[in-house]
Amino acid sequence: MIEVRFFATLREGRGKITQVPAEEASTAGDLLRRFAIPAEEVAILLINGFHSKPEDAVKDGDVISLFPPVGGG
Amino acid sequence: MDERYIRNLGALTEKECALLRTKTVFVAGCGGLGGYLIEMLLRLGVGTIRAADGDSFEASNLNRQLLSSPSALGRAKAEAAAERAALVNPDVRFVAIGEFVTAENAAQLIRGCDAVLDALDNIGARRLLARACAEEGIALIHGAICGWSAQAAVVMPGEDLIDRIYPEGARLSSKTSLSFTPPFCAALQVALCTRLLAGRPVESGRLFMADLLDMEMESLF
Repeated sequence: MIEVRFFATLREGRGKITQVPAEEASTAGDLLRRFAIPAEEVAILLINGFHSKPEDAVKDGDVISLFPPVGGG
Repeated sequence: MDERYIRNLGALTEKECALLRTKTVFVAGCGGLGGYLIEMLLRLGVGTIRAADGDSFEASNLNRQLLSSPSALGRAKAEAAAERAALVNPDVRFVAIGEFVTAENAAQLIRGCDAVLDALDNIGARRLLARACAEEGIALIHGAICGWSAQAAVVMPGEDLIDRIYPEGARLSSKTSLSFTPPFCAALQVALCTRLLAGRPVESGRLFMADLLDMEMESLF
């Protein structure tokens, strides 16, 4: 399984954490599509705590963290 | 020591308080974050605050912006900041600049400052400010808010945190903000700034993110 952790506004309608069968996603971008999150609404994408991009590969046991842009003042 | 700073003692040494009085900081924006940053820096007792904002108050600012009030609608934010500074701590030299941060003026606005505090409200201006800080060799104290969320970081010249947290194409999907998010974020920024200006160790390039809805704090990078 791949663990997906949502933060801030990305939790709305998705909860905080969910598990996705590893065979259903080969890249982080596959997970974004699965949860209907446009790429421009993700500012920080971490795979196992490392700064990553949607095209980066994901595998069984990975933890993906998704943060939206926070940019108001 | 001036009695108005007596309660700083203990948390800060007398030497650190004296050091803060020699420092000049730039505050980019006098809106939600900027109003609180200026208030905290004034009361803390820095030497000089330079603050820039080309905007005027409108009714939608009233839910969170310290310097706004019904009677101030239509007034320049930078001018309101200068008035507040004179009222709260006239010992701090305050320079109000009624301009937005642009590619043309950024370097000149921040030149000679000991720290720059980010109180901007858009990604484009943040990139400009970060670039100017890197070129001028000045530490940037980033801060940003959205809804229940706040984030802050110290970015030293040469660090690419701003590019990492605002990747190309990133879009702000919401302008929502609550009354308590800006002061919370400003407190994080001023705490980081105080450590930096007092010469204490400060973790740079690390993003502190607070979620006030779920009461969670993350530290990234």
